[in-house]
Amino acid sequence: MAEKVLMKGNEALAESALRAGCRFFFGYPITPQTELAAYMSKQMPKVGGTYLQAESEVAAINMVYGASAAGARVMTSSSSPGVSLKGEGISYMAGADLPGVIINIQRGGPGLGSIQPSQSDYWQATRATGHGDFQIVVYAPSTVQEMADVAFNAFDVADRYRTPVMILGDGLLGQMMEPVVLPDPVDPADLPAKPWATTGHKHARPHNVANSLYLTAEDLERLNFERYERYEQIKATEQRFEEYLCDDADIVVVAFGASARVARSAVNAAREKGIRAGLFRPVTLWPFPVDGLRATLGTARAYLDVEMNMGQMVDDVRLVVEGRAPVEFLGRAGGMIPTPEEVLARIEEINERIGE
Amino acid sequence: MSAELRIVLAGFGGQGVLFAGKVAAYAGLIDDREVSWLPSYGPEMRGGTANCSVTLSDEPIGSPLVTTPDVLVALNQPSYDKFVDEVRPGGVIVADTSMIADMRVRDDVETFGVPATKMAEEAGLKGLANIVLLGKLFAVTGFCSRETLDAAIEKCVPPRKAALIEKNKQAVDLGMGA
Repeated sequence: MAEKVLMKGNEALAESALRAGCRFFFGYPITPQTELAAYMSKQMPKVGGTYLQAESEVAAINMVYGASAAGARVMTSSSSPGVSLKGEGISYMAGADLPGVIINIQRGGPGLGSIQPSQSDYWQATRATGHGDFQIVVYAPSTVQEMADVAFNAFDVADRYRTPVMILGDGLLGQMMEPVVLPDPVDPADLPAKPWATTGHKHARPHNVANSLYLTAEDLERLNFERYERYEQIKATEQRFEEYLCDDADIVVVAFGASARVARSAVNAAREKGIRAGLFRPVTLWPFPVDGLRATLGTARAYLDVEMNMGQMVDDVRLVVEGRAPVEFLGRAGGMIPTPEEVLARIEEINERIGE
Repeated sequence: MSAELRIVLAGFGGQGVLFAGKVAAYAGLIDDREVSWLPSYGPEMRGGTANCSVTLSDEPIGSPLVTTPDVLVALNQPSYDKFVDEVRPGGVIVADTSMIADMRVRDDVETFGVPATKMAEEAGLKGLANIVLLGKLFAVTGFCSRETLDAAIEKCVPPRKAALIEKNKQAVDLGMGA
Protein backbone atom coordinates (compact mmCIF):
# COMPACT_ATOMS: atom_id res chain seq x y z
CA MET A 1 0.00 0.00 0.00
CA ALA A 2 1.13 3.53 -0.67
CA GLU A 3 2.63 5.50 2.20
CA LYS A 4 0.37 7.35 4.59
CA VAL A 5 1.34 11.01 4.81
CA LEU A 6 0.16 13.93 6.88
CA MET A 7 -1.30 16.65 4.66
CA LYS A 8 -3.64 19.60 4.80
CA GLY A 9 -6.99 19.00 3.13
CA ASN A 10 -6.32 21.73 0.58
CA GLU A 11 -2.97 20.16 -0.36
CA ALA A 12 -4.23 16.58 -0.46
CA LEU A 13 -7.03 17.67 -2.78
CA ALA A 14 -4.58 19.45 -5.08
CA GLU A 15 -2.14 16.52 -5.18
CA SER A 16 -4.94 14.09 -5.88
CA ALA A 17 -6.18 16.26 -8.77
CA LEU A 18 -2.69 16.20 -10.31
CA ARG A 19 -2.68 12.42 -9.97
CA ALA A 20 -6.07 12.28 -11.71
CA GLY A 21 -4.44 13.90 -14.73
CA CYS A 22 -5.40 17.51 -14.10
CA ARG A 23 -2.93 19.58 -16.13
CA PHE A 24 -4.47 23.04 -16.00
CA PHE A 25 -5.27 25.11 -12.93
CA PHE A 26 -6.62 28.64 -13.01
CA GLY A 27 -7.35 30.47 -9.79
CA TYR A 28 -7.31 33.60 -7.74
CA PRO A 29 -6.24 33.74 -4.07
CA ILE A 30 -8.77 33.76 -1.26
CA THR A 31 -8.69 32.47 2.31
CA PRO A 32 -9.24 29.67 3.34
CA GLN A 33 -8.38 27.89 0.06
CA THR A 34 -5.09 29.60 -0.79
CA GLU A 35 -2.88 26.58 0.08
CA LEU A 36 -4.61 24.69 -2.72
CA ALA A 37 -3.56 27.20 -5.36
CA ALA A 38 -0.12 27.57 -3.75
CA TYR A 39 0.41 23.82 -3.93
CA MET A 40 -0.64 23.81 -7.58
CA SER A 41 1.74 26.66 -8.36
CA LYS A 42 4.65 24.59 -7.04
CA GLN A 43 3.70 21.15 -8.30
CA MET A 44 1.86 21.75 -11.58
CA PRO A 45 4.99 22.82 -13.51
CA LYS A 46 6.75 19.63 -12.36
CA VAL A 47 4.22 17.48 -14.25
CA GLY A 48 4.34 19.69 -17.33
CA GLY A 49 1.01 21.37 -16.66
CA THR A 50 -0.07 25.00 -16.58
CA TYR A 51 -0.72 26.96 -13.41
CA LEU A 52 -2.00 30.45 -13.91
CA GLN A 53 -3.10 33.00 -11.37
CA ALA A 54 -5.80 34.82 -13.27
CA GLU A 55 -6.66 38.50 -12.89
CA SER A 56 -10.01 37.59 -11.33
CA GLU A 57 -12.31 34.68 -10.51
CA VAL A 58 -14.36 35.48 -13.63
CA ALA A 59 -11.27 35.23 -15.81
CA ALA A 60 -10.23 31.99 -14.11
CA ILE A 61 -13.53 30.19 -14.76
CA ASN A 62 -13.50 31.28 -18.40
CA MET A 63 -9.98 29.88 -18.74
CA VAL A 64 -11.38 26.64 -17.31
CA TYR A 65 -14.06 26.77 -20.03
CA GLY A 66 -11.36 27.14 -22.69
CA ALA A 67 -9.08 24.38 -21.44
CA SER A 68 -12.03 22.04 -21.01
CA ALA A 69 -13.28 22.76 -24.54
CA ALA A 70 -9.82 21.77 -25.75
CA GLY A 71 -10.21 18.43 -23.99
CA ALA A 72 -7.95 18.94 -20.96
CA ARG A 73 -8.61 17.97 -17.36
CA VAL A 74 -8.88 21.32 -15.63
CA MET A 75 -9.68 22.72 -12.21
CA THR A 76 -10.27 26.00 -10.43
CA SER A 77 -10.66 26.68 -6.74
CA SER A 78 -11.99 29.48 -4.61
CA SER A 79 -13.98 30.24 -1.50
CA SER A 80 -17.56 31.40 -1.19
CA PRO A 81 -17.51 35.01 -2.50
CA GLY A 82 -15.15 33.96 -5.29
CA VAL A 83 -17.41 31.08 -6.28
CA SER A 84 -20.32 33.49 -6.66
CA LEU A 85 -18.22 35.32 -9.24
CA LYS A 86 -17.65 32.08 -11.11
CA GLY A 87 -21.38 31.40 -11.33
CA GLU A 88 -21.79 32.82 -14.80
CA GLY A 89 -18.91 30.76 -16.18
CA ILE A 90 -20.18 27.58 -14.57
CA SER A 91 -23.56 28.13 -16.20
CA TYR A 92 -21.83 28.59 -19.58
CA MET A 93 -19.90 25.35 -19.02
CA ALA A 94 -23.10 23.50 -18.17
CA GLY A 95 -24.75 24.99 -21.28
CA ALA A 96 -21.84 23.88 -23.45
CA ASP A 97 -21.65 20.44 -21.76
CA LEU A 98 -18.07 20.98 -20.65
CA PRO A 99 -16.50 18.94 -17.84
CA GLY A 100 -14.36 20.61 -15.19
CA VAL A 101 -13.78 20.55 -11.46
CA ILE A 102 -14.60 23.53 -9.26
CA ILE A 103 -13.54 23.65 -5.62
CA ASN A 104 -15.35 25.73 -3.01
CA ILE A 105 -13.61 25.82 0.38
CA GLN A 106 -16.46 27.64 2.06
CA ARG A 107 -16.26 30.51 4.53
CA GLY A 108 -18.95 32.32 6.51
CA GLY A 109 -21.39 34.50 4.59
CA PRO A 110 -23.28 36.29 3.17
CA GLY A 111 -21.22 38.94 1.44
CA LEU A 112 -17.52 38.97 2.18
CA GLY A 113 -18.52 37.35 5.47
CA SER A 114 -15.81 35.80 7.62
CA ILE A 115 -12.90 33.57 6.74
CA GLN A 116 -13.85 30.86 9.24
CA PRO A 117 -15.39 27.52 8.14
CA SER A 118 -18.99 27.43 6.97
CA GLN A 119 -21.44 25.36 4.93
CA SER A 120 -23.61 28.23 3.83
CA ASP A 121 -23.22 27.63 0.09
CA TYR A 122 -25.27 24.40 0.04
CA TRP A 123 -28.14 26.05 -1.78
CA GLN A 124 -25.81 27.74 -4.23
CA ALA A 125 -24.04 24.47 -5.02
CA THR A 126 -27.12 22.27 -5.31
CA ARG A 127 -29.74 24.70 -6.62
CA ALA A 128 -28.29 27.71 -8.38
CA THR A 129 -24.57 27.83 -9.04
CA GLY A 130 -25.51 30.09 -11.91
CA HIS A 131 -28.51 31.09 -14.01
CA GLY A 132 -30.52 28.71 -16.16
CA ASP A 133 -31.79 25.15 -16.01
CA PHE A 134 -28.85 23.04 -14.91
CA GLN A 135 -27.35 20.99 -12.11
CA ILE A 136 -23.79 20.11 -11.27
CA VAL A 137 -22.56 17.09 -9.34
CA VAL A 138 -21.54 18.16 -5.82
CA TYR A 139 -19.31 16.16 -3.47
CA ALA A 140 -19.01 16.97 0.24
CA PRO A 141 -15.92 15.29 1.69
CA SER A 142 -15.65 14.94 5.45
CA THR A 143 -12.00 13.93 5.98
CA VAL A 144 -8.69 14.79 4.36
CA GLN A 145 -8.65 11.26 2.89
CA GLU A 146 -12.03 11.90 1.34
CA MET A 147 -10.86 15.26 -0.03
CA ALA A 148 -8.26 13.27 -1.97
CA ASP A 149 -10.65 10.47 -2.95
CA VAL A 150 -13.44 12.66 -4.30
CA ALA A 151 -10.99 14.92 -6.14
CA PHE A 152 -9.55 11.92 -7.95
CA ASN A 153 -13.00 10.62 -8.82
CA ALA A 154 -14.46 14.01 -9.74
CA PHE A 155 -12.54 14.22 -13.02
CA ASP A 156 -13.87 10.84 -14.17
CA VAL A 157 -17.45 11.80 -13.29
CA ALA A 158 -17.08 15.20 -14.99
CA ASP A 159 -15.78 13.58 -18.19
CA ARG A 160 -18.29 10.71 -18.18
CA TYR A 161 -21.33 12.98 -17.99
CA ARG A 162 -19.78 16.08 -19.58
CA THR A 163 -20.70 18.24 -16.61
CA PRO A 164 -18.97 20.55 -14.16
CA VAL A 165 -18.39 18.86 -10.80
CA MET A 166 -18.01 20.78 -7.55
CA ILE A 167 -16.20 19.72 -4.40
CA LEU A 168 -17.79 21.58 -1.52
CA GLY A 169 -15.35 21.72 1.39
CA ASP A 170 -14.90 24.30 4.11
CA GLY A 171 -12.14 26.10 5.97
CA LEU A 172 -11.89 23.38 8.58
CA LEU A 173 -11.32 20.57 6.08
CA GLY A 174 -9.04 22.74 3.97
CA GLN A 175 -6.78 23.81 6.82
CA MET A 176 -6.60 20.63 8.91
CA MET A 177 -4.00 17.90 8.51
CA GLU A 178 -4.82 14.21 8.71
CA PRO A 179 -3.14 11.06 7.46
CA VAL A 180 -3.92 10.37 3.82
CA VAL A 181 -3.03 7.70 1.28
CA LEU A 182 -2.85 9.26 -2.17
CA PRO A 183 -4.08 7.49 -5.29
CA ASP A 184 -1.69 6.20 -7.95
CA PRO A 185 -1.14 8.76 -10.69
CA VAL A 186 -2.90 8.53 -14.04
CA ASP A 187 -1.12 9.48 -17.27
CA PRO A 188 -3.38 11.95 -19.13
CA ALA A 189 -2.39 10.21 -22.37
CA ASP A 190 -4.18 7.05 -21.15
CA LEU A 191 -7.51 8.79 -20.54
CA PRO A 192 -10.50 8.11 -22.84
CA ALA A 193 -10.61 10.27 -25.98
CA LYS A 194 -12.98 13.24 -26.11
CA PRO A 195 -14.35 13.23 -29.66
CA TRP A 196 -16.32 16.42 -28.92
CA ALA A 197 -13.24 18.47 -27.98
CA THR A 198 -12.09 21.42 -30.08
CA THR A 199 -8.61 20.11 -30.72
CA GLY A 200 -7.90 21.03 -34.33
CA HIS A 201 -8.19 18.28 -36.97
CA LYS A 202 -7.01 19.59 -40.37
CA HIS A 203 -10.48 19.15 -41.95
CA ALA A 204 -10.62 15.45 -41.01
CA ARG A 205 -14.09 15.87 -39.52
CA PRO A 206 -16.82 18.49 -39.14
CA HIS A 207 -16.05 21.34 -36.71
CA ASN A 208 -16.58 20.83 -33.01
CA VAL A 209 -18.05 23.89 -31.31
CA ALA A 210 -18.18 24.64 -27.58
CA ASN A 211 -21.11 26.99 -27.25
CA SER A 212 -24.01 27.78 -24.96
CA LEU A 213 -25.84 30.29 -27.19
CA TYR A 214 -28.89 28.89 -29.07
CA LEU A 215 -31.22 31.48 -30.52
CA THR A 216 -33.76 28.92 -31.74
CA ALA A 217 -35.95 28.01 -28.79
CA GLU A 218 -36.77 24.55 -30.19
CA ASP A 219 -33.08 23.66 -30.38
CA LEU A 220 -32.37 24.91 -26.89
CA GLU A 221 -35.34 23.04 -25.45
CA ARG A 222 -34.17 19.82 -27.09
CA LEU A 223 -30.70 20.27 -25.60
CA ASN A 224 -32.19 20.91 -22.17
CA PHE A 225 -34.30 17.76 -22.46
CA GLU A 226 -31.24 15.74 -23.45
CA ARG A 227 -29.20 17.18 -20.60
CA TYR A 228 -31.90 16.34 -18.08
CA GLU A 229 -31.93 12.74 -19.32
CA ARG A 230 -28.25 12.68 -18.41
CA TYR A 231 -29.10 14.14 -15.00
CA GLU A 232 -31.53 11.24 -14.49
CA GLN A 233 -28.66 8.82 -15.19
CA ILE A 234 -26.51 10.67 -12.68
CA LYS A 235 -29.25 10.46 -10.08
CA ALA A 236 -29.64 6.74 -10.73
CA THR A 237 -25.94 5.88 -10.50
CA GLU A 238 -23.96 8.51 -8.60
CA GLN A 239 -25.69 8.91 -5.21
CA ARG A 240 -23.11 8.40 -2.46
CA PHE A 241 -23.55 8.39 1.31
CA GLU A 242 -22.22 6.88 4.52
CA GLU A 243 -24.38 5.41 7.25
CA TYR A 244 -23.13 5.06 10.81
CA LEU A 245 -25.17 3.09 13.39
CA CYS A 246 -28.39 3.71 11.44
CA ASP A 247 -29.64 0.08 11.44
CA ASP A 248 -31.63 0.40 14.66
CA ALA A 249 -31.59 4.20 15.02
CA ASP A 250 -34.58 5.97 16.58
CA ILE A 251 -32.93 9.31 15.92
CA VAL A 252 -31.05 9.80 12.68
CA VAL A 253 -28.70 12.76 12.61
CA VAL A 254 -28.14 14.02 9.05
CA ALA A 255 -24.99 16.05 8.41
CA PHE A 256 -22.34 16.50 5.72
CA GLY A 257 -18.70 17.58 5.59
CA ALA A 258 -17.17 19.04 8.73
CA SER A 259 -20.42 19.10 10.69
CA ALA A 260 -20.77 15.33 10.12
CA ARG A 261 -17.54 14.86 12.09
CA VAL A 262 -19.05 16.73 15.03
CA ALA A 263 -22.33 14.82 14.64
CA ARG A 264 -20.50 11.50 14.69
CA SER A 265 -18.93 12.33 18.07
CA ALA A 266 -22.38 13.31 19.38
CA VAL A 267 -23.89 10.04 18.09
CA ASN A 268 -21.19 8.06 19.91
CA ALA A 269 -21.87 9.99 23.11
CA ALA A 270 -25.62 9.40 22.73
CA ARG A 271 -25.07 5.66 22.27
CA GLU A 272 -23.03 5.62 25.50
CA LYS A 273 -26.13 7.02 27.22
CA GLY A 274 -28.27 4.26 25.74
CA ILE A 275 -29.93 6.45 23.09
CA ARG A 276 -30.30 4.74 19.72
CA ALA A 277 -28.85 7.47 17.51
CA GLY A 278 -27.27 7.11 14.09
CA LEU A 279 -25.60 9.32 11.50
CA PHE A 280 -26.57 9.60 7.84
CA ARG A 281 -23.91 11.48 5.91
CA PRO A 282 -24.52 12.49 2.29
CA VAL A 283 -21.28 12.38 0.29
CA THR A 284 -23.01 13.63 -2.84
CA LEU A 285 -25.17 16.68 -2.15
CA TRP A 286 -26.37 16.57 -5.75
CA PRO A 287 -27.54 14.01 -6.55
CA PHE A 288 -28.89 13.95 -3.00
CA PRO A 289 -28.79 10.36 -1.66
CA VAL A 290 -32.55 10.07 -1.63
CA ASP A 291 -32.69 6.27 -1.69
CA GLY A 292 -30.24 5.84 1.19
CA LEU A 293 -31.98 8.36 3.40
CA ARG A 294 -35.41 6.93 2.59
CA ALA A 295 -34.21 3.52 3.83
CA THR A 296 -33.64 4.98 7.32
CA LEU A 297 -37.38 5.67 7.59
CA GLY A 298 -37.77 2.02 8.60
CA THR A 299 -36.56 2.69 12.16
CA ALA A 300 -36.22 6.46 12.48
CA ARG A 301 -38.75 8.19 14.70
CA ALA A 302 -37.09 11.59 14.35
CA TYR A 303 -34.38 13.33 12.35
CA LEU A 304 -31.92 15.99 13.43
CA ASP A 305 -30.23 17.89 10.62
CA VAL A 306 -26.96 19.58 11.67
CA GLU A 307 -25.30 22.17 9.44
CA MET A 308 -22.90 25.10 9.64
CA ASN A 309 -25.52 27.45 8.19
CA MET A 310 -29.06 28.63 8.94
CA GLY A 311 -30.75 25.52 7.52
CA GLN A 312 -30.26 24.56 3.86
CA MET A 313 -29.83 20.80 3.37
CA VAL A 314 -32.70 20.37 5.82
CA ASP A 315 -35.00 21.17 2.87
CA ASP A 316 -33.74 18.08 1.03
CA VAL A 317 -34.11 15.96 4.16
CA ARG A 318 -37.74 17.08 4.53
CA LEU A 319 -38.42 16.31 0.85
CA VAL A 320 -37.32 12.72 1.47
CA VAL A 321 -38.97 12.26 4.87
CA GLU A 322 -42.26 13.69 3.51
CA GLY A 323 -43.68 14.39 6.96
CA ARG A 324 -43.44 10.79 8.12
CA ALA A 325 -41.20 11.80 11.05
CA PRO A 326 -40.32 15.14 12.61
CA VAL A 327 -37.21 16.79 11.12
CA GLU A 328 -35.45 19.22 13.45
CA PHE A 329 -32.56 21.52 12.66
CA LEU A 330 -29.47 22.64 14.57
CA GLY A 331 -27.21 25.17 12.90
CA ARG A 332 -24.28 27.45 13.63
CA ALA A 333 -23.47 30.26 11.23
CA GLY A 334 -20.96 32.91 10.32
CA GLY A 335 -17.94 30.65 10.71
CA MET A 336 -18.87 29.00 14.02
CA ILE A 337 -18.50 25.24 14.42
CA PRO A 338 -21.09 23.31 16.46
CA THR A 339 -19.75 21.35 19.43
CA PRO A 340 -20.50 17.66 20.02
CA GLU A 341 -21.99 18.70 23.38
CA GLU A 342 -24.65 20.94 21.85
CA VAL A 343 -25.57 18.29 19.28
CA LEU A 344 -25.79 15.67 22.05
CA ALA A 345 -28.00 17.96 24.14
CA ARG A 346 -30.40 18.26 21.20
CA ILE A 347 -30.41 14.49 20.63
CA GLU A 348 -31.27 14.01 24.31
CA GLU A 349 -34.10 16.53 24.07
CA ILE A 350 -35.54 14.80 21.02
CA ASN A 351 -35.15 11.41 22.67
CA GLU A 352 -37.21 12.55 25.66
CA ARG A 353 -39.89 13.90 23.39
CA ILE A 354 -40.25 10.78 21.25
CA GLY A 355 -40.12 8.56 24.36
CA GLU A 356 -43.36 10.06 25.64
CA MET B 1 -1.98 5.56 27.09
CA SER B 2 -5.53 6.88 27.03
CA ALA B 3 -7.70 6.26 23.99
CA GLU B 4 -7.71 9.92 23.02
CA LEU B 5 -5.37 12.79 23.76
CA ARG B 6 -6.48 16.29 22.81
CA ILE B 7 -3.81 18.96 22.85
CA VAL B 8 -3.83 22.72 22.35
CA LEU B 9 -0.46 24.37 21.66
CA ALA B 10 -0.39 28.15 21.75
CA GLY B 11 2.14 30.98 21.56
CA PHE B 12 3.41 33.84 19.44
CA GLY B 13 3.83 33.38 15.69
CA GLY B 14 7.43 32.28 15.13
CA GLN B 15 7.73 30.24 18.34
CA GLY B 16 7.12 27.05 16.40
CA VAL B 17 3.75 26.20 17.87
CA LEU B 18 2.42 24.74 14.62
CA PHE B 19 5.63 22.79 14.09
CA ALA B 20 5.58 21.24 17.57
CA GLY B 21 1.97 20.25 16.98
CA LYS B 22 2.91 18.69 13.67
CA VAL B 23 5.62 16.60 15.35
CA ALA B 24 3.04 15.29 17.86
CA ALA B 25 0.61 14.52 15.03
CA TYR B 26 3.28 12.75 12.99
CA ALA B 27 4.15 10.63 16.03
CA GLY B 28 0.53 9.46 16.05
CA LEU B 29 0.65 8.74 12.33
CA ILE B 30 3.84 6.68 12.71
CA ASP B 31 2.11 4.64 15.45
CA ASP B 32 -0.78 4.12 12.98
CA ARG B 33 -3.26 6.01 15.15
CA GLU B 34 -5.97 8.42 14.07
CA VAL B 35 -4.61 11.97 14.21
CA SER B 36 -5.74 15.47 13.33
CA TRP B 37 -3.96 18.82 13.34
CA LEU B 38 -5.84 22.08 12.95
CA PRO B 39 -4.13 25.48 12.96
CA SER B 40 -5.68 28.78 13.85
CA TYR B 41 -5.83 30.97 10.80
CA GLY B 42 -7.05 34.39 9.85
CA PRO B 43 -7.99 37.00 12.43
CA GLU B 44 -6.71 34.88 15.32
CA MET B 45 -3.25 34.96 13.77
CA ARG B 46 -3.25 38.73 13.58
CA GLY B 47 -1.80 40.27 16.69
CA GLY B 48 0.89 37.65 16.64
CA THR B 49 -0.67 34.69 18.41
CA ALA B 50 -0.85 31.25 16.88
CA ASN B 51 -2.35 28.05 18.14
CA CYS B 52 -3.15 24.59 16.94
CA SER B 53 -5.34 21.69 17.99
CA VAL B 54 -3.87 18.20 17.84
CA THR B 55 -5.82 15.03 18.54
CA LEU B 56 -4.32 11.55 18.82
CA SER B 57 -6.89 8.79 19.05
CA ASP B 58 -7.60 5.12 18.51
CA GLU B 59 -11.04 5.97 17.05
CA PRO B 60 -11.97 8.15 14.07
CA ILE B 61 -11.72 11.77 15.21
CA GLY B 62 -14.84 13.92 15.29
CA SER B 63 -14.26 17.64 15.43
CA PRO B 64 -10.55 18.45 14.99
CA LEU B 65 -11.14 21.69 16.90
CA VAL B 66 -10.09 21.00 20.49
CA THR B 67 -12.30 23.01 22.86
CA THR B 68 -11.60 21.28 26.21
CA PRO B 69 -8.02 20.07 25.90
CA ASP B 70 -6.49 17.28 27.97
CA VAL B 71 -3.21 19.12 27.59
CA LEU B 72 -2.29 22.77 27.06
CA VAL B 73 1.19 23.74 25.92
CA ALA B 74 1.49 27.51 26.43
CA LEU B 75 4.45 29.49 25.15
CA ASN B 76 3.44 33.01 26.16
CA GLN B 77 1.29 35.04 28.53
CA PRO B 78 -1.69 35.79 26.26
CA SER B 79 -1.93 32.14 25.23
CA TYR B 80 -1.79 30.97 28.83
CA ASP B 81 -4.47 33.45 29.85
CA LYS B 82 -6.68 32.53 26.89
CA PHE B 83 -6.62 28.76 27.34
CA VAL B 84 -5.91 28.08 31.04
CA ASP B 85 -9.56 27.75 31.97
CA GLU B 86 -10.41 25.58 28.97
CA VAL B 87 -8.26 22.63 30.10
CA ARG B 88 -10.45 19.84 31.39
CA PRO B 89 -10.27 19.16 35.14
CA GLY B 90 -7.56 16.56 35.72
CA GLY B 91 -5.72 17.74 32.61
CA VAL B 92 -2.14 18.86 32.16
CA ILE B 93 -0.57 22.27 31.46
CA VAL B 94 3.01 22.64 30.26
CA ALA B 95 4.03 26.30 30.25
CA ASP B 96 7.14 28.27 29.37
CA THR B 97 7.84 30.16 32.59
CA SER B 98 10.50 32.31 30.94
CA MET B 99 7.70 33.87 28.86
CA ILE B 100 4.85 33.76 31.37
CA ALA B 101 5.33 36.08 34.32
CA ASP B 102 1.88 35.90 35.82
CA MET B 103 0.92 32.24 36.03
CA ARG B 104 -2.38 31.65 37.75
CA VAL B 105 -2.16 27.98 38.74
CA ARG B 106 -5.41 25.98 38.85
CA ASP B 107 -5.64 23.39 41.61
CA ASP B 108 -7.63 20.91 39.52
CA VAL B 109 -5.01 20.45 36.79
CA GLU B 110 -1.36 19.39 36.89
CA THR B 111 0.81 22.35 35.91
CA PHE B 112 4.43 21.98 34.83
CA GLY B 113 6.35 25.25 34.54
CA VAL B 114 9.48 24.94 32.42
CA PRO B 115 11.74 27.94 31.64
CA ALA B 116 12.02 26.55 28.13
CA THR B 117 13.16 29.66 26.24
CA LYS B 118 15.94 30.32 28.76
CA MET B 119 16.98 26.66 28.87
CA ALA B 120 17.09 26.41 25.10
CA GLU B 121 19.20 29.55 24.78
CA GLU B 122 21.66 28.41 27.44
CA ALA B 123 22.02 25.03 25.76
CA GLY B 124 22.73 26.57 22.36
CA LEU B 125 19.29 25.56 21.10
CA LYS B 126 17.84 29.02 20.52
CA GLY B 127 14.41 28.88 18.94
CA LEU B 128 13.68 25.36 20.15
CA ALA B 129 11.70 26.19 23.30
CA ASN B 130 8.73 24.62 21.50
CA ILE B 131 10.50 21.25 21.34
CA VAL B 132 11.78 21.56 24.94
CA LEU B 133 8.12 21.85 25.99
CA LEU B 134 7.15 18.99 23.69
CA GLY B 135 9.86 16.93 25.44
CA LYS B 136 8.28 17.76 28.78
CA LEU B 137 4.83 16.87 27.43
CA PHE B 138 6.27 13.58 26.20
CA ALA B 139 7.82 12.88 29.64
CA VAL B 140 4.55 13.64 31.42
CA THR B 141 2.06 11.88 29.14
CA GLY B 142 4.11 9.28 27.26
CA PHE B 143 1.93 9.91 24.20
CA CYS B 144 4.30 7.78 22.09
CA SER B 145 7.64 5.97 22.33
CA ARG B 146 10.95 7.83 22.14
CA GLU B 147 11.77 6.07 18.87
CA THR B 148 8.47 7.29 17.43
CA LEU B 149 9.10 10.84 18.60
CA ASP B 150 12.56 10.86 17.03
CA ALA B 151 11.15 9.46 13.79
CA ALA B 152 8.47 12.16 13.82
CA ILE B 153 11.12 14.86 14.18
CA GLU B 154 13.01 13.39 11.23
CA LYS B 155 9.79 13.50 9.16
CA CYS B 156 8.87 17.07 10.09
CA VAL B 157 12.21 18.84 9.75
CA PRO B 158 12.45 19.80 6.07
CA PRO B 159 15.41 18.28 4.16
CA ARG B 160 17.09 21.67 3.66
CA LYS B 161 17.22 22.07 7.44
CA ALA B 162 18.35 18.50 8.18
CA ALA B 163 21.12 19.84 10.42
CA LEU B 164 18.41 20.78 12.92
CA ILE B 165 17.26 17.19 13.46
CA GLU B 166 19.89 16.50 16.12
CA LYS B 167 19.22 19.82 17.83
CA ASN B 168 15.53 19.01 17.99
CA LYS B 169 16.33 15.66 19.61
CA GLN B 170 18.60 17.44 22.13
CA ALA B 171 15.75 19.81 22.89
CA VAL B 172 13.50 16.83 23.63
CA ASP B 173 16.15 15.50 26.07
CA LEU B 174 16.36 18.91 27.71
CA GLY B 175 12.59 19.07 28.18
CA MET B 176 12.39 15.52 29.51
CA GLY B 177 14.93 16.37 32.20
CA ALA B 178 13.28 19.65 33.16
